[in-house]
Amino acid sequence: MNKHLKQAFFAALLVWAVAFPVLGLKLSIDGINLIVHSQGPFTLTVIALCSVLMFLRVLFDKQWSAMMKSAPKGSLVSPKVSNFLTLPRTQRYIILGLIVAALIWPFFGSRGAVDIATLILIYVLLGLGLNIVVGLAGLLDLGYVGFYAVGAYSYALLSHYFGLSFWICLPIAGMMAATFGFLLGFPVLRLRGDYLAIVTLGFGEIIRLFLRNLTGLTGGPNGISNIEKPTFFGLTFERKAAEGMQTFHEFFGLQYNSINKVIFLYLVALLLALLALFVINRLLRMPIGRAWEALREDEIACRALGLNPTVIKLSAFTLGACFAGFAGSFFAARQGLVTPESFTFIESAIILAIVVLGGMGSQLGVILAAIVMILLPELMREFSEYRMLMFGALMVLMMIWRPQGLLPMQRPHMELRR
Amino acid sequence: MSREILQVSGLSMRFGGLLAVNGVALTVKEKQVVALIGPNGAGKTTVFNCLTGFYKPSGGTILLDGQPIQGLAGHEIARKGVVRTFQNVRLFKEMTALENLLIAQHRHLNTNFFAGLFKTPGFRRSEREAMEYAQYWLEKVNLTEFANRTAGTLAYGQQRRLEIARCMMTRPRIIMLDEPAAGLNPKETEDLKALIGYLREEHSVTVLLIEHDMKLVMSISDHIVVINQGTPLADGTPEQIRDNPDVIKAYLGEA
Repeated sequence: MNKHLKQAFFAALLVWAVAFPVLGLKLSIDGINLIVHSQGPFTLTVIALCSVLMFLRVLFDKQWSAMMKSAPKGSLVSPKVSNFLTLPRTQRYIILGLIVAALIWPFFGSRGAVDIATLILIYVLLGLGLNIVVGLAGLLDLGYVGFYAVGAYSYALLSHYFGLSFWICLPIAGMMAATFGFLLGFPVLRLRGDYLAIVTLGFGEIIRLFLRNLTGLTGGPNGISNIEKPTFFGLTFERKAAEGMQTFHEFFGLQYNSINKVIFLYLVALLLALLALFVINRLLRMPIGRAWEALREDEIACRALGLNPTVIKLSAFTLGACFAGFAGSFFAARQGLVTPESFTFIESAIILAIVVLGGMGSQLGVILAAIVMILLPELMREFSEYRMLMFGALMVLMMIWRPQGLLPMQRPHMELRR
Repeated sequence: MSREILQVSGLSMRFGGLLAVNGVALTVKEKQVVALIGPNGAGKTTVFNCLTGFYKPSGGTILLDGQPIQGLAGHEIARKGVVRTFQNVRLFKEMTALENLLIAQHRHLNTNFFAGLFKTPGFRRSEREAMEYAQYWLEKVNLTEFANRTAGTLAYGQQRRLEIARCMMTRPRIIMLDEPAAGLNPKETEDLKALIGYLREEHSVTVLLIEHDMKLVMSISDHIVVINQGTPLADGTPEQIRDNPDVIKAYLGEA
């Protein structure tokens, strides 16, 4: 009992040690002095309550775990439902339903909602791209944002210096990012697991620092602004067209409405996401998709069968980077501004979190996770200071209750029909 | 007799201070079945690993059709038609039996990205042919009814047969079997023997095998190479090996 008491006491103390400096103190600036205030009695009471709860929890640890064990071991969803939901066919229908909904609702939604949906679609695109690398080929890539940056800057630079339009730059940006993926992947893919993760993390940062310090070309930390928006077959969505161009509303004889632009951007993003969905769906059923799976399972056996591991990994890396390039150039077009600070490591972490949260290899999972990851912070603006804290808590909870992700997918198997 | 397909001479493999294989030589003729035998730890699997490019041999030459292949990467050697099975079966356990066979045909398939993306007729044909070839071999190794089961759920003997079928998917010239009969019951061993005979007769495959089951080795081999503690001890026909006093001594100890 004495030992338990000691442990419980320390646990309660730990709660104070962690929570008090973070939540219980408030800093304010008076002139050049920093003043530390104590928070109100309410916060302190909450912390005290938490520490008491922790004390009891640790003290009665044995009883608690016995109780948990005796409780019926029913998971949240029955295995039958869970199996049904993870079937490729079910997920395909759900995705089809989502696509139809996604096509219709922006015409009724508010401007802000459509704008957020566009952002979500960018992350869906990024998540799907990274899913190829991490989910299908099993290569942990922590520098994915680097290729996103390459795509964004490709469009920004081409538009800024050569005045090329978005639709010409989109494939170029994809190819540029793919080229970078190929070149970086070549030396990196000899490494495995953790080593690969660290090196890709480094490469991601190198690309960002490179863009930041190449002031003459990329504008350094200020980035490039006034990037042209995409056009609809040469029709712009601005109120007034530039010389030699026509506006969308004039051409169709409509009233100018700024929401048209937002909806158009949304539809472009949707188009890109659908393209990614289609490509990945095919990849799963192509020889290269099978080879990724095989390589993830047993590299030695693959080599013994004459499959070149480097080429196969490289193809995954390159394809993933290509999608990041598309997402990047769209991002640049939507924002009208790119700066190196949009491509920090935290972006990589968020994209990876989307893939892991959704369930490795699952497209529907990625879509759901992107919605959760982007929408939650938007809905809970008032808690934005605790964003990272909630982010971490969410990850921990996921690891405990659903380590396989929100909605993992069973791989579609090739069947022998008789 | 037929041409020599594989000539190995002076093969040695050193791990730090340990000389695991020292001066092993063997010659394999086309369509022969050659067995590599020896007590446990004699270096048989190391020889296999050197031949298939999983280790870079420290010395010696390996000629395939007169061309040196020592030091090439594993997948390059496999592409030249030398494939192997593993002592402990290495299937893709999460994939179905059929998919295991499809992966091994990767090199012979239409892997053009755009062909696959748009399901061109060429791509469909290539996939269908792969499927048919896989089906043919599934039937040969009696696994047709398990085609859609994941490989990890198959019985051990079935996994062994599937691994051999998977090797055959690559259209090999030499197939190297590392203890194919280990863990098989007498009936399955008989089937294996028939299968090896079939590979040789119908598909003109040369077979090199490591095996401890002497009854099997003596009955199917044309030629036997014995190694002991990494060095060659004897080689010859099954009859010569059976009567060789050195071999008996190595296996049974000093009389």
